[in-house]
Amino acid sequence: MSSRDKILAVIKNNQPEQRELPSLVPPAAGGSADPAKQFVEVLEAIGGRAYIVSGWERVGTILREEYTADKRIVSGCEGLGFMMGAVDDPHSLENVELAVLEAHFGVAENGACWITEDRMIERALPFITQNLALVIHKKDIVPTMQEAYQRIADAAYGFGTFIAGPSKTADIEQSLVLGAHGPRSMTVFLIDEGMSDAGFY
Amino acid sequence: MSKQDHAALADAFNKDEPRVDWHDKTLWFVREKRDKAVFKVPEWEWLRETASQIKNNVLSNLSEYLMQFEDQATRNGIIVHWAADAKEHNEIVYGLLKKHGVDKMVKSKSMLTEECHLNEFLAEQGIDVVDTDLGERVVQLAGEPPSHIVLPCIHKKKEEIGEIFHEHLGTPAGNADPQFLTHAARLHLREKFLTRKAALTGVNFAVAETGEFVVCTNEGNADMGAHLADIHIACMGIEKLIPLRKHLGVFLRLLTRSATGQPITTYSSHFRRPRPGQEMHIVLVDNGRSVQLGKKDFRNSLKCIRCAACFNTCPVYRRSGGHSYHTAVAGPIGSILSPNLDMKKYADLPFASTLCGSCSNVCPVKIDIHDQLYKWRQVIVQEGYAPVAKKMAMKTMNWVLSNPSVYHTAGKAGRWFMLNAPFTVNNGLNPWWKGRDMPEVPKESFGQWYKRNRK
Repeated sequence: MSSRDKILAVIKNNQPEQRELPSLVPPAAGGSADPAKQFVEVLEAIGGRAYIVSGWERVGTILREEYTADKRIVSGCEGLGFMMGAVDDPHSLENVELAVLEAHFGVAENGACWITEDRMIERALPFITQNLALVIHKKDIVPTMQEAYQRIADAAYGFGTFIAGPSKTADIEQSLVLGAHGPRSMTVFLIDEGMSDAGFY
Repeated sequence: MSKQDHAALADAFNKDEPRVDWHDKTLWFVREKRDKAVFKVPEWEWLRETASQIKNNVLSNLSEYLMQFEDQATRNGIIVHWAADAKEHNEIVYGLLKKHGVDKMVKSKSMLTEECHLNEFLAEQGIDVVDTDLGERVVQLAGEPPSHIVLPCIHKKKEEIGEIFHEHLGTPAGNADPQFLTHAARLHLREKFLTRKAALTGVNFAVAETGEFVVCTNEGNADMGAHLADIHIACMGIEKLIPLRKHLGVFLRLLTRSATGQPITTYSSHFRRPRPGQEMHIVLVDNGRSVQLGKKDFRNSLKCIRCAACFNTCPVYRRSGGHSYHTAVAGPIGSILSPNLDMKKYADLPFASTLCGSCSNVCPVKIDIHDQLYKWRQVIVQEGYAPVAKKMAMKTMNWVLSNPSVYHTAGKAGRWFMLNAPFTVNNGLNPWWKGRDMPEVPKESFGQWYKRNRK
């Protein structure tokens, strides 16, 4: 008998009697009244940055102010006007200074954004880049992870990830250090089409 | 592994009192962060109850869910392996590396591979394994096992880590700045990520419905390894399964808040298919879990999601350190999991507890940890694995308490010695005296007092 069959036989024999799955409806809707506000607060608390902007043009302007053209910047966003095609070898992304990608939505309770591989150019990119910027629409923020999975539903991605802030570690005496192996900084742009450009971003 | 028991190893740890205080405070700080995060979620108790019920359902249908997972994962292009024990697990991993001619591998955190002693086994076969979690890399360079399942080098001071990095990574002597040391590790490990063809990761959750598995890290090391390697091997205990993808919405809300007080880890990565040209393997490991499932009093321990909240809150763990448990998973949960693997070797662990119940109170999946510790004690004594001194003490107590005349004589003798020859009890041979003052000696026993006052 193979290990598989042996393991399954012992489990089958030792399984307790049937217990039903619980309902996934929380007793009270605990979501924030203003999910975008909560998202920004939480993201900043975990070491990320957020900009609420009127559109793609503002995203480009802000990034150009921060990153000079001598550094390698890759974009997976049509809205920015330049997009990188597929790469043959993920190792070739090792010198990327900034990656700008479009995520699906954000989660207010933890500042995370959900992004799947079709929007990553290459799976390694959001991790290997020195800095990461994600763009979502302000209306696309769900209150908690439970609504997040309602939204993901049965999507057929090969790889997908929630990203919440820059890569970090506190393994040395619980001192928080941003930039462990992945990006040292993480910025989320929230596009609010109804917003006026005047004054601030 | 050491042959000394928890009490002896804890004694050694307790020799350096300021260090114990520091260890205690550092972990209590993590427990406090957990509380702050938890209090922000009004439906927390509902989440715990729901997670517990989902896990009950998993345990009652585990064989069906495993087959469903195998079927779905295989359809997704993942190659599924089954390992009955640690040995088979290690051989499967080695076989895959050998087949691909790989002799160097990066590995992200996996307590299962610690449980199976994979690193030692692969080293014997000439495979170079680099642990990429910062804390794990520190203890690997120091030649030690992790002392905590979430914070592997929590027992090390930054000066000691600076020393280790100076010796192995060539950082300047005396530099113990966490920012600087983390940056040095980043550069050191980036080179490993970019040059290794194989990556091994653990698994936090595997979904029966979709055949995908989720790996959570803050550092991004699991993703850096997996997405750059030609072959990704994910190793998981069979109890990591959950029925539906939407159940992740419950568990991911609980896991990191319980572990470190963060609302979620930086990365919660869902692996469903290998990327084009990549090979993806999953090793499903039993190693005693199917047997534990059959033990009514102890099967709930299989609900564990490895958050380590029970470690951080445990007054014994905080003051005895992870290495005193001499097992891969320390702390209260390790003390109920380990005796199932080897009752004789880990007979001491269920006694390494005050049974205060704090572990059960913080457990995000409501495992009755302290009740199981209590139940293990009874099993261990019945099976004859209790330490000799404890057995003798219990037998003596039994004899004294069941013979009234012996009891009265013993009481008198005790009071006489404490009054007239206190040095016979106030010494290191009396474990009670070590941390406490002996009580004042009463002039008479309760029995004598009762006789005198009874009208």
